[in-house]
Amino acid sequence: MAQNSRKPGYELVKGFFKENPVLVQLLGICSVLAVSNTVVNSISMGVSVLFVLFFSSLVIGLIKDLIPNEVRIPAYIVVIATFVTVADLFLKAKFPDISKALGAYIPLIVVNCIILARQEAFTKKNKLLPSILDAIGMGTGYIITILLMGIIREILGFGSIFGVKIFGSWFKPILVMILPPGAFLTLAMLIGFMNFITRKSEEKKL
Amino acid sequence: MRPLIIFVAAAITNNFILTYFLGLCPFLGVSARVSSAIGMGFAATFVMTMTAIITNLVDHLILRPLHLEFLQMIVFIFVIAVLVQFVEMVIKKTSPSLYKALGIFLPLITTNCIVLGLALLGAMRNYNLIENTFFGFGAGVGFTIALLLISGIREELEVRDVPKALKGAPITLIIAGLMAFAFMGFSGIISLQ
Repeated sequence: MAQNSRKPGYELVKGFFKENPVLVQLLGICSVLAVSNTVVNSISMGVSVLFVLFFSSLVIGLIKDLIPNEVRIPAYIVVIATFVTVADLFLKAKFPDISKALGAYIPLIVVNCIILARQEAFTKKNKLLPSILDAIGMGTGYIITILLMGIIREILGFGSIFGVKIFGSWFKPILVMILPPGAFLTLAMLIGFMNFITRKSEEKKL
Repeated sequence: MRPLIIFVAAAITNNFILTYFLGLCPFLGVSARVSSAIGMGFAATFVMTMTAIITNLVDHLILRPLHLEFLQMIVFIFVIAVLVQFVEMVIKKTSPSLYKALGIFLPLITTNCIVLGLALLGAMRNYNLIENTFFGFGAGVGFTIALLLISGIREELEVRDVPKALKGAPITLIIAGLMAFAFMGFSGIISLQ
């Protein structure tokens, strides 16, 4: 089993760039595109996803032997939905503005492919500790991506970061960057850049 | 008039893929061939219309009278999973040829954010049964339109010279971005809310 012989540190780090859930595995693209128009929204969404992913992997890692194989997907979804509800209600109570800005995309974490895919592809087959490390790594990789998107789009679209203007009055915001087309184009460029780097490093090895 | 406006808005001006970014997984995965795009589009439109009707009934007849709105998400995802399973069984019994055409796409629809997104958005906007039905049907039609357009372009792209780093997903996203530009042109026609 090659999977078990890997170091625990690798399970943590691989999600950051090498197997980045969004840029390499192309999972969970919907939310990355939808709420990355400002840095604050990006961080809130990223932390919510990390929270749900971590606790879902923890609970599913603990109870996976009790779940019959045929009903595992509905069982996983119930676990995931529980933690998404927790995150949703927490944001509604403590940060109503952010909750309003993120709208339906917080409840939609339930069907975010990253979370279910990690349970199916990793937690199901591995021990508890690697699964948790994997969840933290994948969640962090998601945060890195959505934060990059948020920074690029907020700087170009509003000329600000964290809502603070960083350019003088000469700067004309590129409005389209905060609209849907800007999201598609930014993500396309990031994935393209990632492919470019991966290809270059593979060429070096040969 | 209002149901009709909601229909056009969901299908064109507020297209679910191009303005809400819902349902992007099949958009990237299934959109390489026109034939599979049509299959996926019809299956999704059917499931989405049914979902819109049933989640609206569940919401208004069970959850709201009992003040259980915070359970919306969990209940909706269950309704959708059961519904898809049920639709699959009915189609298998009644029309094997349709089942063959749609079969592989149906399970994929359960975990598709477009269906749950539709149910949640409909509930958030307090649509009544008729409005929600048109909303679901419109969203399905819009999904099919976007999927068809992109699959046609992608079939053409296969023989074109795309920069290596942009092959696959990035070029599809760029096309989607350009399509979103085009669809923004419709946005003045109808305003909702």
